[in-house]
Amino acid sequence: MVELLRFRTDEPSESPAVTVDCFGEQTNAGAVRIEPGDDARELLPHLAHITRVEVNFPVFGDGRGYSAARILREAGYEGEIRAVGDVAVDQLAALRRCGFDAFQPDVPMNDADADAALARWDNVYQKTTDGRAPIWALRHGNANA
Amino acid sequence: MYKYDNYDQQMVDTRVEEFRDQTRRRLSGELPEDKFRPLRLMNGLYLQLHAYMLRVAVPYGTLSGAQMKVLGDIADKYDRGYGHFTTRQNIQYNWIKLEEAPDILADLAKVEMHAIQTSGNCIRNISSDHFAGAAADELIDPRPYAELLRQWSSFHPEFCALPRKFKIAVIASDTDRAAMRLHDIGIQIVKNDAGEIGAAFYVGGGMGRTPMVAPCINEFVPLDWLITYSEACLRVYNRYGRRDNKYKARIKILVHELGKDEYTRQVEEEFAHLKSQGIEPPLAELERIKPYFADPAFKAGLSDGIDRSDPDFALWVDRNTIAHKAPGYVSAVISLKPVGGIPGDASADQIRLMGKLATDYSFDECRVTHTQNIVLPHVEKARLKELFDVLDANGLSTPNLDTIEDIIACPGLDYCSLANARSIPVAQKISERFASTGKTETLGELKLKISGCINACGHHHAGHIGILGVDRKGVENYQLLLGGSEAEDTSLGKITGPGFDEDGIVDAVERATDVYLAKREEGERFLDTYRRIGMDPFKEAIYG
Amino acid sequence: MKILTGNDLKTGDVTWWTGEGWSRHVNDAIDVGDKADEIAAREEASRNVLAPYAIDATTDENGVRPGHIKDRIRALGPTVRPDLTLKPADPAAGNWVI
Repeated sequence: MVELLRFRTDEPSESPAVTVDCFGEQTNAGAVRIEPGDDARELLPHLAHITRVEVNFPVFGDGRGYSAARILREAGYEGEIRAVGDVAVDQLAALRRCGFDAFQPDVPMNDADADAALARWDNVYQKTTDGRAPIWALRHGNANA
Repeated sequence: MYKYDNYDQQMVDTRVEEFRDQTRRRLSGELPEDKFRPLRLMNGLYLQLHAYMLRVAVPYGTLSGAQMKVLGDIADKYDRGYGHFTTRQNIQYNWIKLEEAPDILADLAKVEMHAIQTSGNCIRNISSDHFAGAAADELIDPRPYAELLRQWSSFHPEFCALPRKFKIAVIASDTDRAAMRLHDIGIQIVKNDAGEIGAAFYVGGGMGRTPMVAPCINEFVPLDWLITYSEACLRVYNRYGRRDNKYKARIKILVHELGKDEYTRQVEEEFAHLKSQGIEPPLAELERIKPYFADPAFKAGLSDGIDRSDPDFALWVDRNTIAHKAPGYVSAVISLKPVGGIPGDASADQIRLMGKLATDYSFDECRVTHTQNIVLPHVEKARLKELFDVLDANGLSTPNLDTIEDIIACPGLDYCSLANARSIPVAQKISERFASTGKTETLGELKLKISGCINACGHHHAGHIGILGVDRKGVENYQLLLGGSEAEDTSLGKITGPGFDEDGIVDAVERATDVYLAKREEGERFLDTYRRIGMDPFKEAIYG
Repeated sequence: MKILTGNDLKTGDVTWWTGEGWSRHVNDAIDVGDKADEIAAREEASRNVLAPYAIDATTDENGVRPGHIKDRIRALGPTVRPDLTLKPADPAAGNWVI
């Protein structure tokens, strides 16, 4: 069973994550935790100092965290974005596409199921910041789109 | 019509295997129901009153003859010999076994079909004008744009856990046959003063417990920003749509609470940002899709004459065929509303037959309408009588399109776990009543729509006459609404007053139509008379 | 009386708790008293039933009668398709649900 699934080569930072509100006052903190109601864009001026962003999914049906991660990646954030909370294997592929590169679910995931979920989709229809060429780009001979 | 390439086919095949794996984990106990439920819903699999129900996507309502045949075969092989065509232009089966659901998806995938995102809090099947590509009044075929949106919305990683379901309709004529402004996003493909094609965006419409007509938030989005603009609309909704109350979670509530202007401002801001993200497919992709929807090889020089010597045939021609853009052709509508029948239901044999007729008479194409009928879009007038005779021999020639018998009805409490009252028996009694009194023809165009609960799957808010079933202390009760429309003159019906029992509602409908017959002026439809004279004369006659 | 109902996980069929297992026929349902939650949790965990819930019911000359029309329709089948109900030979069977 996997407790922390991580797709980065740097050492995991384990500095405690502060809330977005607190972060506004103590911008020297290295890690921030985004709750579903938080505006990820408040962090944009400080991205260079942040080594880890945790995005909390209190319930998996609350999909605001998907947008939060994409917004950070679209702004050029290169640190870790870790999904925490009610995160399961069946959400992994979509979360990866939105920019998450670490997963720390409340309930550990089955390794084989996680591997299968992440390996499943050879192609994708949409362009995000994950570097994958969408199907429309492949069709028109532009694998780097 | 659109044909999958290897990429499209691979996506659908992969989904079959994913769902097979998820089903296996559910049956083995690895996945509990609360985790499995949203996964099965994303594949259109519900638990209804009597069994699982599977809703199969029919993108923009278009099907080939071979696809229709497979829909009939599935009804026999996995269900109980019939299917139900829905107000979302889809088909659903009522008696599905969980163990067999992955096999059904595999059978569908073989004919380029699926059940992806036909339920759940995600972007649902894209609907469109059922006369697209055939209508004499359309600017352009809207379906290439719908197909572009279909691919963009399929497995969209950011929008797989929206606050609530999300429905998009695309049309391209001023006549609205798709209830466009009653969708979360309604798109009308338009031409601007410079002669360029673009998209008008209407956002925040819907029915349900808080019906709203979508305002236009952008009159002209250039075609090379169609996807990016849609993404901006969705991102604002995903971030700020209400999640505290499922009954206030649809985008219509967000647009209403923020106000159209503020919602639009936020969308434009997000759009400005997303424009730099390179998420828009090139126009070449739209150009790749368009030829699939090119006109079939219509014959030139056909006569427009129709031999009307058979009176039954002549009535059917008058009622159930629609002007076509090509001389010598019509669009023929097969009514799935036989008098006393179940609106939208068709037997496996009928479904297969309609598929064969699509192949033989309509360039291998048919359409599902949101009014739960089937269209053969391109039929030669000279072969219409031959087609009619086949339909007639198979119980498919009811001449009642757009009449009071052409009722939209949700499955209601006979099948649906959300329903409060039965819809189908009311529809059956009304069509029997009006067919037996002979008033159907006299009443002309009269759209009657029935929902068995406030979720409004039967579009009751948008019926010229609407009926809403409610639960009154455990007894079925029916409220009457008047004055709704889902056409280009979109309006929401108003409740007449206290509700009725099942027989009472049929009488009340008849009294309302009697007021119309007594008060109508030359050329007025029921809806026109209601709009002119208002609710009072109807109330008086109904409650007296 | 309180009776317990749900659907079969694999087939989706409507089922009723008989005291020993699950039956398609509402007349086999027994009064579960205050044990509904306990039985439901156990049976759901063993995947014998999907989405179980307890309802009020009475008994009359026809047998067990669920208190709400929704569950009477579940017990019988769709009233608009008598041929697909549990009483296909009786075209008037639908009157029982009212």
